[in-house]
Amino acid sequence: MADKVHVRTTINGEATEFLCEPRQSLLEVLRDVVGLTGSKEGCNDGNCGACTVLFNGRMVTSCLVLGVEAEGKNVTTIEGIATPAGLHPIQQAFLENAALQCGICTPGFIVAAKALLDREPNPSEQRIRLWLAGNLCRCTGYDKIIRAVMDASKKMQEVKAR
Amino acid sequence: MQTLEYTAPKTLKDAITLLAQKGDAARPLAGGTDVLVQLRVGRRPQVNTLVDLKNIPELTRLSYDPREGLYLGAAVACCHVYEDATVRRMYPGLIDAAELIGSVQIQGRASVGGNVCNAAPSGDTIPALIALSATCSIAGPNGTRSVPMEQFCTAPGRNLLQNGEILVAVRIPAPAPNSGAAYLRFIPRNEMDIAVAGVGASVVLDSAKQRITSARVALASVAPTPLFVTAAGQALAGKAVTDEAAIQAAADAAVAAARPITDMRGTIEFRKQLVGVLTRRTLHIAIQRARGA
Repeated sequence: MADKVHVRTTINGEATEFLCEPRQSLLEVLRDVVGLTGSKEGCNDGNCGACTVLFNGRMVTSCLVLGVEAEGKNVTTIEGIATPAGLHPIQQAFLENAALQCGICTPGFIVAAKALLDREPNPSEQRIRLWLAGNLCRCTGYDKIIRAVMDASKKMQEVKAR
Repeated sequence: MQTLEYTAPKTLKDAITLLAQKGDAARPLAGGTDVLVQLRVGRRPQVNTLVDLKNIPELTRLSYDPREGLYLGAAVACCHVYEDATVRRMYPGLIDAAELIGSVQIQGRASVGGNVCNAAPSGDTIPALIALSATCSIAGPNGTRSVPMEQFCTAPGRNLLQNGEILVAVRIPAPAPNSGAAYLRFIPRNEMDIAVAGVGASVVLDSAKQRITSARVALASVAPTPLFVTAAGQALAGKAVTDEAAIQAAADAAVAAARPITDMRGTIEFRKQLVGVLTRRTLHIAIQRARGA
């Protein structure tokens, strides 16, 4: 076994240190070392998006990032989306629109949707569908997910306008 | 995945020394979207060290100079390429390809240089870069060299890098006046797929924007490597931009050069048909862009 590497990083705003093997993906480290099991392993080869996290603000599949690459970086996972005040409007919209069934893809979809709405508060339906093309869902048929993101976008803008 | 060592040298010299020492046991890491998958499925059992190139300034620089053209560091992620206002304006033919690769998640990591080094016959950026007359800046234990993009890939998954050599950057000349380029591919889905066939094209027009001075056409997924079709460009030189017979002749030349295989993505016949259609369409877009429409 290769020596474990000491990594200092920031996860969901908190300074975090962990030890990991160089071969371990960020996803493995998040789940098995740090104990943040919200990010899911679907395909483990970058196709399904269930492990989507923000890596220095940029959305990536954490199965295709090495844990050691997190040194000095800023990582946001699904656990960092809600606030003490309550669910994020995207999470609330997923509940209200019944945009999930088994729930495995949901963390990835929510992180990806947040990355989109942070950059583009009012995307078109087509833009949402294209942006979320890297997130696969085998339950819902996508329609309710798209509607939830459109709903969240609308509500977030209403809150902003107030 | 096998046990690995990870190292992230800060200078090109250190990276070259390390790669030269370790030989086949070391593999450069940029975005990792190909190499990590290959390691995980056991396709690179000899590798025991990943050399992360993302801390090396020469590989992470993206800059444009009106005389020198574009310097695209080999580890620059696709998202940085297509979010750059200058690259968007000057090289829409490259943007076409960079925006097609994988999902937004993948584009946040995958580099254009990595796409080139992976040397897949279907690598979307490669025909686009060949059409743009790109060159590969290579550094190794014996110094530096520059190779035209069309010579870089040698077989599926193989390139001409020798032991210890690194693709440092892709260089693209500043666009000629009245020039335009485009890349199109066919996939059966709307996104997230591998090209059944792809075509990159560029044209340079005369000052009146009526005649084609020169043109370049390159193909993806229809040969063991991305394919530069000189005959297609020759069919267009000196022809009027509205000369559909000349564009058809270029498409015919591209079809003649294509030597695809039949596999799960498409048959030989289908791929040849696609090459003809995509060559015409790509040339039309390139001409339209060159005319400033």
